[in-house]
Amino acid sequence: MQSTKRNLGSWLFIIPILILHLLVVALPAVSTLYLSLTDWSGVGTPRFTGLDNIKRLIFDDDNFISALKNNIRWLVFFLTIPFIMSLSTAYGLSQIKRGVMFYRVSLFLPYILPSVIVGALWGFLLNPNTGVTNFLDRIGIPGFDKALLGTAGKALWTIAFIDNWHFWGFLTILFLVALQNVPRELYESAELDGANEFQRFRHVALPGIRPTLVFMLMMVGIWSFLVFDYVWVLTRGGPAGSTEVLGTLVYRTAFGDFEAGYATLQGLGMAFFASASLVAFAILRKKGWEI
Amino acid sequence: MAKIRSKPSLLNIPLVIFSIFAIYPIAILVLNSLKSRRDLGLNPSGLPSEYLWSNYRTAFNTSNFANHATNSMFLVFVTVFLVLTLGGLAAYSLARLKPRGSGGVMVYMLAVSTLPIWLYIVPLFFLWRQIGLLNNYFGLILLYVALNSPFAIFLLRSYMVRIPREIEEAAIMDGASKLRVLTKVILPISWSGFLTVGLVVALNVWNEFQVAFILINDREKLPIATSFFAFQQEFGNDWTLTSAVGVLVILPVLALFFLFQRKFTDGLVQGSVKG
Repeated sequence: MQSTKRNLGSWLFIIPILILHLLVVALPAVSTLYLSLTDWSGVGTPRFTGLDNIKRLIFDDDNFISALKNNIRWLVFFLTIPFIMSLSTAYGLSQIKRGVMFYRVSLFLPYILPSVIVGALWGFLLNPNTGVTNFLDRIGIPGFDKALLGTAGKALWTIAFIDNWHFWGFLTILFLVALQNVPRELYESAELDGANEFQRFRHVALPGIRPTLVFMLMMVGIWSFLVFDYVWVLTRGGPAGSTEVLGTLVYRTAFGDFEAGYATLQGLGMAFFASASLVAFAILRKKGWEI
Repeated sequence: MAKIRSKPSLLNIPLVIFSIFAIYPIAILVLNSLKSRRDLGLNPSGLPSEYLWSNYRTAFNTSNFANHATNSMFLVFVTVFLVLTLGGLAAYSLARLKPRGSGGVMVYMLAVSTLPIWLYIVPLFFLWRQIGLLNNYFGLILLYVALNSPFAIFLLRSYMVRIPREIEEAAIMDGASKLRVLTKVILPISWSGFLTVGLVVALNVWNEFQVAFILINDREKLPIATSFFAFQQEFGNDWTLTSAVGVLVILPVLALFFLFQRKFTDGLVQGSVKG
């Protein structure tokens, strides 16, 4: 009796935030499961349409497929470039004595800026008439003769570059914090064994931060399917749909075309692909990887 | 005693280049905000020939900065307050009281913190529209609290778990209630965790674009980041003015960052690893 009462009292601390969360996140998310199979426009009663939406998504929605492809390109970019940049920089930072604080602050700075400002700033810097690219073109470096954000084959990579400018410093500091917990003695004994700088990085530093590294690969895998801000601020999915990603597509379907029911199915599709990296993570763990 | 190898090595060269890569664009934003339009046209990436501080007054007035900054301050304060109180209560219970079944709450919070917002924002938008919470700060704040609370709960809980039990036990012996133990014993010890969470949540809300962009349409009511976007659509060709508004928007962020540099980085780094 006493313990039931105690339990109840302790639950009272949790219940307010839990109810709020269930109300604005869990409940709408669950309603999505039904709404995704209806022709709901956002107003009125949704009409159940069986598997129509699913058929449309799989066989008849070129926009979804091309947006998904862009998210996969985004994934490939973000699983490589920022990790290479931040791992090598964090390792460098962990090996020096002087100026670490300065580098920490300056590399982290872009991460705290709002996406709208970063977007506007780089939109200016890459403006073909004024910005840095104009300068690069004038001194004869090829590839900068046209507006990067206005050219179909280049715009998506340009947006990824800009988002990465804002993101990679964060990843660097995160890895630096992890690297600082790797015991110094391990480096020293590797050095005594004649390991060079790269071998110490490869065989001491990397294994030392493996849990953090794998976890961040998983998170970036999830985030790559959720991107919205940078694409919307810089190109709104253009030119000619070449930078459309799932986030901007769902926005357009729900609030531009008022196909709310179908938009929730696209949202579910997004969640499906985003959770793929969670599944990969679980499988690796089951196979005995210590992650 | 293990020591860090002290070669003032070649490692510094790429580090300096990367630092310039990070800072130079921000410097350009600030420098351009002080130029005349003519000056900017001739010289888009160097020092101003004349420092026009009056750009800031123009920017402040044209962008209706005071109004939008006030909107965001309100959102920041209410969200931070609710996240700290509701999240703090839950964190305490999850760290210390551990009622039966509360492990499930941890799993729930972990799971939902990775859910795409597009899984619930569409039904929520139309629900909010129906009950009058669209274009309404209460509707926006509810979502902000929900989005920030998993991180807050994990971080605060990790601070509270580390507090030695004996400290609480003395208070419990004296007959203090759980709420009293939390406010009089736990809170003073873990305030630095609360400060970290508060700073990170404040930053998130001030910078937030996507949710406010969807839920708030009324021009007057736009928070700062969405209002900057709207301003840029209108005045984007006047880059000196746009830069000046941009500087005004990031000024409070930079000020807080330099004041609490360590807390900010630690909070953001821990937030992603544990939440």
